[in-house]
Amino acid sequence: MQQAEKEAKTAVRPWRPGWLEVGTGIWITGMVLAAFLWAPEVRNLKGTQILYFHVPCAWLASIAFLGSGVYAGLYLRRRELMLDVKSAAAAELGLLFCTLATITGAVFAKANWGMAWNWDPRQTTIAALLMLYLAYFALRSALAGTERRAAVSSAYAVMACVVMPFLVYVLPRAFETLHPTVVRRGGMDPEIIVMLAVSTVGFTGLGAWMFRLRVAVGRAVLRRMEELV
Amino acid sequence: MATRSFAWAEGPAAVLWKDLQAEYRTRYAVNAVVVFAVTTLAVVSFCAQAAAAGPELLSPLLWLILLFSAMSGLSRTFVREEETKTANALRLSADPNTVYLGKLTFNALLLGLLDLIVVPLYIVMMDVRVGNPALFVAILIAGSLGLVSASTLVAAIVAKASVRGALFSVLSFPILIPVLVAAVQGTEAALRGVPWAQVSPTLKVLVMFTVVMVTAGLWLFEHVWYEA
Repeated sequence: MQQAEKEAKTAVRPWRPGWLEVGTGIWITGMVLAAFLWAPEVRNLKGTQILYFHVPCAWLASIAFLGSGVYAGLYLRRRELMLDVKSAAAAELGLLFCTLATITGAVFAKANWGMAWNWDPRQTTIAALLMLYLAYFALRSALAGTERRAAVSSAYAVMACVVMPFLVYVLPRAFETLHPTVVRRGGMDPEIIVMLAVSTVGFTGLGAWMFRLRVAVGRAVLRRMEELV
Repeated sequence: MATRSFAWAEGPAAVLWKDLQAEYRTRYAVNAVVVFAVTTLAVVSFCAQAAAAGPELLSPLLWLILLFSAMSGLSRTFVREEETKTANALRLSADPNTVYLGKLTFNALLLGLLDLIVVPLYIVMMDVRVGNPALFVAILIAGSLGLVSASTLVAAIVAKASVRGALFSVLSFPILIPVLVAAVQGTEAALRGVPWAQVSPTLKVLVMFTVVMVTAGLWLFEHVWYEA
């Protein structure tokens, strides 16, 4: 009975936008308009609108990373293939947002300090995250067998998750970085803080939407494979 | 109680001894790693003859040589088990923690041997002046242990995959970035003769990394090992 209910809830249905999707659409539209029309420029920095895209992308990449690692750890404990699907979906999203964060960061660096890439500690961090994601997918494609691929790539995902605090927290604090540390010193206009919060919420909604879609696809694939076996 | 306090080490010591014996018979990993390192060192020294390299260049070059040599040899311990088909026998005779600790120690000894051969050669051939020798050695040991702890687990992960050699480097490098950054910075400081107190955060990062990786390895290895 429980299985039938679960299947009914997650059956493949024609897609209709729900609260999350409509809400995210309106929110992000409003956010983009506000970013270009309302929010003030930051002193001494050029092109600060990109902040409202760069910061949420970086934030989302970290969250996706953590999510991927957590789902991977759960998979290793419980061995349910859906958890591996979720881990891979989170990793895909993380890869996308990490790429966006790297590019927007490079554009911002070029506009403000003349060099698009100089291995500043924060840039090193985001490049390392990008390489970790790419390595994860390279590993997945080199393994045969669903359970083996799931288990081994989950192990790597957990390892990557364990290394992430070193990259994100230890490195930038240990060495000098050009990356703005305004958030920590608290010297920002309130409008900018509001805009950053708004854009982060909007992007999180977008990320959740994309994650749900991707997991639904993965679930359908898994179900098909189970039928074939 | 005193006589049994090291009972936990008997298993890993047995695995280590087995690997050392197998290695002694063929000397494959040792040869590959040492010859690769010495060749790379010769090429670097030859190409950089005229350049007056300061610590900011000598430090990364040393770690590049050590890193690439490690990448060429550290996966050997697991790949050999798969190739000679002894992996399943090992799975049956020892529990995963034992195997992991034994292989980890083997890799540590291999990289230690590499350090002993390459680093004095490097100092001589590249005319390196070491400002703070004790710190230099400490960073070298800490960095090598960090390298080994991450590489051993990745080697276990890769042993089952198809494109092993390339995949080992691809998977290891991002994980090793904290080690590389800290080790290169620390070695540069040691070459310049910076006092211990200023470099101790870097040493702490390296030690932390090693501890975290070994702990993660102890948990994860079991899941990777039994994917037969």
